[in-house]
Amino acid sequence: MNQIIDIISKPWPWYVAGIMITVVMLTLLYFGNSFGISSNLRTVCSIIGGKDTCNYFDFDWKGQIWNLVFMVGAIIGGGIAYTWLTPDTSILLSEQTIAELSEFGIKDPGKTFVPMEIFSWDTLFTLKGVIFLLMGGFLVGFGTHYAGGCTSGHAISGLSNLQLPSLIAVAGFFIGGLIMTNLILPYIFGL
Amino acid sequence: MKLFKYIFIGIVFGITLTKAEIISWYRIYEMFRFQSFHMYGVIGTAIVLGIVFVQIVKRTKMKTIDGSPILFQPKERSTPRYLIGGIIFGLGWAMTGACPGPMFILLGNGIGVILIVIIAAVIGTFTYGMVKHKLPH
Repeated sequence: MNQIIDIISKPWPWYVAGIMITVVMLTLLYFGNSFGISSNLRTVCSIIGGKDTCNYFDFDWKGQIWNLVFMVGAIIGGGIAYTWLTPDTSILLSEQTIAELSEFGIKDPGKTFVPMEIFSWDTLFTLKGVIFLLMGGFLVGFGTHYAGGCTSGHAISGLSNLQLPSLIAVAGFFIGGLIMTNLILPYIFGL
Repeated sequence: MKLFKYIFIGIVFGITLTKAEIISWYRIYEMFRFQSFHMYGVIGTAIVLGIVFVQIVKRTKMKTIDGSPILFQPKERSTPRYLIGGIIFGLGWAMTGACPGPMFILLGNGIGVILIVIIAAVIGTFTYGMVKHKLPH
């Protein structure tokens, strides 16, 4: 048993993750649902009162309870992995990535899962923090619903079913991501 | 309880995305700088396997656990909606390093400030709902 935990506690290779994500998608299909996490944000809007504000949120969210439960499970899964299965939270990055990010002012890139220069309560009250956390989050929420799905709904579920709309959406994800990372992020880090 | 199984699948999902470092801001940065194969490998494997199994499900007319047919809801045809929405999502994804799933899993990983990102994403969703009728779809 200890041996198994030791193996699980090492970083998982990409193919293991890919297989597991497909297993999750297929299991949800088998249970009669479809894999798509961003729907939960719409459900939350509906529950907190969006129902009366506009018709986009006026739907029977009770059919989405399973998805909220799935999301709670994901939070718990993150907690389990963090508490018991990740003795070392450092991430092996390429030399080039480390060099670039160091230049942007990130100390020890890859030492933790996320750069503390962005993900801390202190940063939140700086211009950089407002842009990264508030604006970034806003764009994810807005964009995912405009596009009708996120990485799980379009890239995984949609492309698995060879849907053209999902291919267009995923192309959009990459156009946006490439523009942000390559052209805009250096300026935000410079603020 | 019927809903209990979803907690379990969610846990598997949360552990997977943590252990394969998919929730890491660094992995998303690397991906958009083409400095690592990791994320392409993850997404690529999931899609290739997904395509194969979805074809099997369709061709064998597999049923759900309740015995009803497995349905795939086709997405309505359009270009501007998916392209513009996708680009907006991509801009945010590269900033936060987290799409909606990882946001919640990061919360479980003890990154408390991600709650602000989640709230911002809910506000973004709400805003989309309010202005939806004015946008090209």
